[in-house]
Amino acid sequence: MKPELQPRRVTGPDGQEFEVDPLRDYYCEAPPAVHPPAYLKIIEDLFNWARAESIWILGFGTGCGAIEMRPLMTPRFDAYRYGIQWRPTPRQANLFVISGYLSVKTLKRVIRSYEQMQNPKYVVGLGSCTINGGMYWDSYNTIKRLDDYLPVDVYIAGCMPRPESLLHGFMELKRIIRAGQAEGANDYARNFAWYKDNQKRVIHDWDMPDYNW
Amino acid sequence: MTFEWIQIPYALLTIFIVLNYGLLMTALIAKIAARVGRRHGIPIWQNYADLVKNYGLRSSITHGVMFYMGPVFRLTGGVGLLLFVPTIYGSVMFSNLSFAGDLILALYFVFFGTLGMALGAAESGHPYSAIGITRGLSQVTMAELPLALAVFAVALHYQTLSITEIVAAQQGGFLNWTLFTNPLAVAAAMLAFLGSMMRPPFDVVLAPQEIPIGPPTEYHSSYLALMQTNRVLFPIAKIVVYMNLFFGGATSWPEFFIKVFLIYMVSVLVGVVFPRFRVEQSIRWFMIWAVPIGILAIVLA
Repeated sequence: MKPELQPRRVTGPDGQEFEVDPLRDYYCEAPPAVHPPAYLKIIEDLFNWARAESIWILGFGTGCGAIEMRPLMTPRFDAYRYGIQWRPTPRQANLFVISGYLSVKTLKRVIRSYEQMQNPKYVVGLGSCTINGGMYWDSYNTIKRLDDYLPVDVYIAGCMPRPESLLHGFMELKRIIRAGQAEGANDYARNFAWYKDNQKRVIHDWDMPDYNW
Repeated sequence: MTFEWIQIPYALLTIFIVLNYGLLMTALIAKIAARVGRRHGIPIWQNYADLVKNYGLRSSITHGVMFYMGPVFRLTGGVGLLLFVPTIYGSVMFSNLSFAGDLILALYFVFFGTLGMALGAAESGHPYSAIGITRGLSQVTMAELPLALAVFAVALHYQTLSITEIVAAQQGGFLNWTLFTNPLAVAAAMLAFLGSMMRPPFDVVLAPQEIPIGPPTEYHSSYLALMQTNRVLFPIAKIVVYMNLFFGGATSWPEFFIKVFLIYMVSVLVGVVFPRFRVEQSIRWFMIWAVPIGILAIVLA
């Protein structure tokens, strides 16, 4: 574990001494909870419509596929007309697009960002690399199957998929959300131990709590 | 002013109308800005979907009491500003809670939400929030100065602190508007207006391309939804103050809708043309261009 994460005594600027335990003070250790649909069907349908029509993507490009998202923001493809926007902070985002290959080092950051997103949240795997490793199938430091580490809603095959197929994938995601079947966040909470097991198998320098919001 | 119970449903009706108008108008303006960039832009109902989605998120976390109170204060600022100025001049239904000294209170409410936001975002403990707050407060404080000068010039001009009386003095033809009777004050106030609308060139505080994304970095689900509600209410409330002080107020809802839209478009037109200022650049800009005009307006008044 890194030295800055060890519990220690710190002297403040006014001479006061206090204990610091970064893993306890800065992170939440509560495991994720399952949040089933709580309201009448008609209200849940309204919420699902709104969730489908307002998809906020976390602005986090993990691999080379992220370059295919740029044309979606600009006049040629303009994903904003489908209610798709990019948000810079995981707190406000609903959709995590894993864009292309995912190295183990990035996977750690991806898990932290994913866990900070609020329920319901969705994951789209972009490109062949997220399905079976793609052209990185024998690489020593990329993951092969994204589904082992995060619950994926939609895969978009291709290397790279064109922006049109991304849009098609988003439409498919919308259909799933509107049908009330995009419960990835609850699957993650339900099978939390299995996901953590898989994640820890590839991430060897695990220096964060098991769950950090 | 005497208080009647019927004013409460009237006030709620005002908020309802202004909220819906704000949701649609903000989307329309986003579409106009998108057309400038040759995009189609968001659908006109997008704001409703965003709002319902954020209210409908199933989980949320808190960082403490002030984190709760931040968006509440912010919304209080917007609703308070809207209710303490007469929305429709001469209408008993929509004059709401306006009273003799409401001009001072309105100035206070313009700042109130920002301060609440500062406390709330600071408690989230995110360094980006702290930086955003520092930038936001410096810029809003600076933009407030020409506005305050202009408002005092107008108050001196009409010898009253009641917004209703100021509107009354501007009735009877557009040449009676403050815009024509006291152009210097209006010029200073409109420059301040650009600075407080959170649109380019003065949107470094909230722009997602800058340090993400300023004060609301940690806000999500219902907290963010409250702030979005305020994001459509507050600019309109502020424009209502401007409309009443400088552009003759509105005597009916259609006149209200058109005037608010046109005043909003001033900041949009400037925004789509000019690139973004850094905070120290915008402060210098206000010092050089807006404040002297405001001082001149006071001196001549």
